[in-house]
Amino acid sequence: MQNVPAEYCLILSGVMFALGILGVLLRRNALVVFMCLELMFNAANLAFITFARIYGSVSAQVVVFFVMTVAAAEVAIGLALMVEIFRNKRSIDIDQLNSMQG
Amino acid sequence: MLLNEASSAAPVFGLAPLLVFLPLFGLLINLIFGKRMREGLVGLVASLAVGLTFVLALVFAATLAGNPEPASMRFLEWIRIGTLDVNWTFRIDTLSVTMMLVVSGVGTLIHIYAIGYMHEDVRHNDDPGRFRRFFVYLNLFIAAMMILISADNYLMLFVGWEGVGLCSYLLIGFWFEKGKDGIANAQAAKKAFVVNRVGDFGLLMALFLMFRYFGSLDFNVIFEKAPEIAAATPGVLLAMALFMLLGVTGKSAQIPLYVWLPDAMAGPTPVSALIHAATMVTAGVYLVVRSTPVFIEAPVAQAAVMWVGAATAFFAATIALGQSDIKKVLAYSTVSQLGFMVAAAGMGAGVAAMFHLVTHAFFKALLFLGAGSVILGMEHGAEHGKHGAHGGGHHDFDPQDMGNMGGLRARMPLTFWVYLLGALALAGIAPLAGFFSKDEILLAAQHENTGVFILLIVAAFFTAFYMGRQLLLIFFGKPRSDAAKAAVESKPVVTSPLVVLAVLSVLGGALNLPGVFTLEHWLEHSLEHVAPGEFSLATAGLSLAVALTGLFLAYLVYGRKFADKPQKDPLSGNLVYSGMEKKWLVDELYDLVIVRPYRGLADFLSNPVDLGIINNLSAGLAWLMQATGDVLRRAQNGFVRSYALVVFIGVALILAFILIQ
Repeated sequence: MQNVPAEYCLILSGVMFALGILGVLLRRNALVVFMCLELMFNAANLAFITFARIYGSVSAQVVVFFVMTVAAAEVAIGLALMVEIFRNKRSIDIDQLNSMQG
Repeated sequence: MLLNEASSAAPVFGLAPLLVFLPLFGLLINLIFGKRMREGLVGLVASLAVGLTFVLALVFAATLAGNPEPASMRFLEWIRIGTLDVNWTFRIDTLSVTMMLVVSGVGTLIHIYAIGYMHEDVRHNDDPGRFRRFFVYLNLFIAAMMILISADNYLMLFVGWEGVGLCSYLLIGFWFEKGKDGIANAQAAKKAFVVNRVGDFGLLMALFLMFRYFGSLDFNVIFEKAPEIAAATPGVLLAMALFMLLGVTGKSAQIPLYVWLPDAMAGPTPVSALIHAATMVTAGVYLVVRSTPVFIEAPVAQAAVMWVGAATAFFAATIALGQSDIKKVLAYSTVSQLGFMVAAAGMGAGVAAMFHLVTHAFFKALLFLGAGSVILGMEHGAEHGKHGAHGGGHHDFDPQDMGNMGGLRARMPLTFWVYLLGALALAGIAPLAGFFSKDEILLAAQHENTGVFILLIVAAFFTAFYMGRQLLLIFFGKPRSDAAKAAVESKPVVTSPLVVLAVLSVLGGALNLPGVFTLEHWLEHSLEHVAPGEFSLATAGLSLAVALTGLFLAYLVYGRKFADKPQKDPLSGNLVYSGMEKKWLVDELYDLVIVRPYRGLADFLSNPVDLGIINNLSAGLAWLMQATGDVLRRAQNGFVRSYALVVFIGVALILAFILIQ
C-alpha cells in the first residue's frame, strides 16, 4: 500500500468519475443512474484523500466524511422518491418521466 | 352659509346663490319624483323654480335701483394654487341683473308655454315619457345660464358657458332618433357641440393668457390691470381679445362659426326660443360688453368684433330671404340680429348692444313661440283634416314649410296678431321695441364707420323684407294645403305667454327711450366709458323708412302673386335667389374645406397608421416573442438525461475556460 504512487490514485479517481458521468448520461434505469452518481461521489472522495496524503493535511479527510454523510441522506430521499415514482408509473425508466417538457 | 364679503352690500344679496340653486332644486324634484307626477305638476314645478328666480332677480333689481354699487358675494372657495385664487363668487351689478331679468323672465314665460307645447309635441312624437326630461333639461339650462351671467371671474363664466353648451346639445338632440333618416337631429346636435368647441377653444386660450399675464381670472383685477398690460405688451391683450372673439363667434353664432344655429332648429320650438334666440346665444354679446375694459385697450380687436358683427348681420339676412322653413327664417334672422348686437359691442356701444339684446329677447322669443303655435296648428290640421279634397294625409307633409301655409290669419287670429306685433318690432317699425334698439345701433355705427353703417342699414332693410314675406306667406292669402285649411288656434297655456311677450315687444322700447335713457343710466354703474345717449331724427327716420320700404316691397312681391296656390317663390329662378336658398353653400364649403379633409385625415390615421403601422408593430412584437419561445421551447424536452448532458457540457466549458486562463 505504501508504495502506490499518488498519480495512480488520481488516475483511478478520474476514470471512476468519467465512468460515473457516462453512466448518468447513458443509462435509463434510475437505480443505475443513482449508482453512477455514487461512483462520482466516491471518485471525488478518492481524489480528496489522495491530495490529503500528498500534502499531509487532515482537512481534506474531514471533507470526505461530510460528503459521505450528505450522500447517505441524498440516497435516502432519492430512493424514497423512486419508490413513489414506481408506484405511480410502474416503471423507473427516467426517459418515461418526460411530462415536464415544453 | 353665505359669506358676506363687502360690508356695504345689501344683505339681500346673500341670497344670490339661490339664483342657481332654485332651478337646480326644481330639476331635482322633477328628476326624483317626476315619474309619478302628472304632466301639469312637472311643468308647474319647473316653471315655479324659474319664476322664483325671476322674483329674486326683481328684488335684486329693486335693491340696485336704490344703491347701484356693484356687489360681489363670495359663496365658495374653489381653487387656490400658489397665487391663483378662484372662488365661486356672485357678481350683482346692473349689467348682470339685467341679464338675470331677461333670462329668468323670458325663461318663465317659455316654461309656461312649453307645458302646453310639449304636451302636444310628445304625443305627436309618440313618447309622452319625455315630457319630464324636457323640463329637467330646461331647468338645468337656466341654472347654467345663471352661473354664466352671475360669475365674478372668467373661470366661473366659462363653467356656465360650457353648461349652457351642454344643455343646448341635449335639447337640440331632444328627439335624437327622429329627423331625416333617423339621424338628422342627432347630427344637428353634434354639429352644434363640435362647432361650439371650436369657439370654446378660443375662450379657453384667452383664459390661459389671463392666467399667464394677469395672474388672476377675476373681472376686477383684469379690468384694473388691462391698461398697464396693454402698455407693456400690447400683443397679449390683442391676442386675448381676439381669442375671446373666437369664443363669441361660436356661442353667439357669428361668421365663421354661425353654421350650427340654423341646424339647431331641430330642437323643440321652446328650445329655439329660449336657448337659440333669447338667452344662450346672447352670452357672447354679454361677454364682449362685460369685457369692455379689455377690448378698449385693443382697438384692432374691437374693429374685428365690429366687422364680424356687421358682416354677419348682412350675410345672415340675405340667407333668411330665401328660406322656406318657418323656423329657419327666424334662425337666420337671429344670427343677423346677433350680428347687430356684436357690431354694437365692437363699436363700444355696450348700452345699445344690451338694449337690443333685451328687446330682441322679447320679440324673437315671441316670434319663435308664435311659430311653434303655428306649427301646432298645422300639425293638428294635418292630423284632423285628412278627409279633405285630396284625401289621405301624406306622410312627408312638413308642418314647418311656409309653402304649405297661407290664410292662417282667419284660423289662428290670436297667434296672427301677436306674430304681427313681433314681426313689426323685429322689422323696426316705430314705436315698437325693435325700432329704438336698432336705431341706437345704427346711430353708433354712423358715428363709427360708414361701411358698417351701410351694411347694417341694408341688413335692416332685408330684415323688414323677410319678415314681411313671412307674414304674408303664413297668414295671408288662401290656405295652400289641407292642413292649413284645418288648422286651429292653440290652447290658452300656449297663447297667454305670447300675449305677455307681445306686450313686452310693444313696450320694450320704453326701457331706453330717447331723452330718458333709463337703461343707459342703469348700466353706467357697471360699464365704464358709456357714451352719453343721443337720438338723431335723421337716422331714426332713415331706419324707419328703410323698414317700411322693406315691408312694402315684400307686399308687392308676395302680397298677390304668391297668395293663392302653392307655387315657386316669385323671386326664384335666378342665381342670387338660389344662392340665398342654398345658404350660399357655406355648409358645403365647410364640408369640402374642413370636414372632408378632417375625415380624410382621420381615415388615414385610422387605416394605414393605426391599423397598419401601430397595430402591426405591437402584433409583430407579440409574434416575435412567440416565435422565439417556439424555438427555445424545444430545449425543454423533458428528458432528464439531456439536461444532465447540458449541465456537464457547461461545467466542462467553465473548467476549460478557467484552465486556459
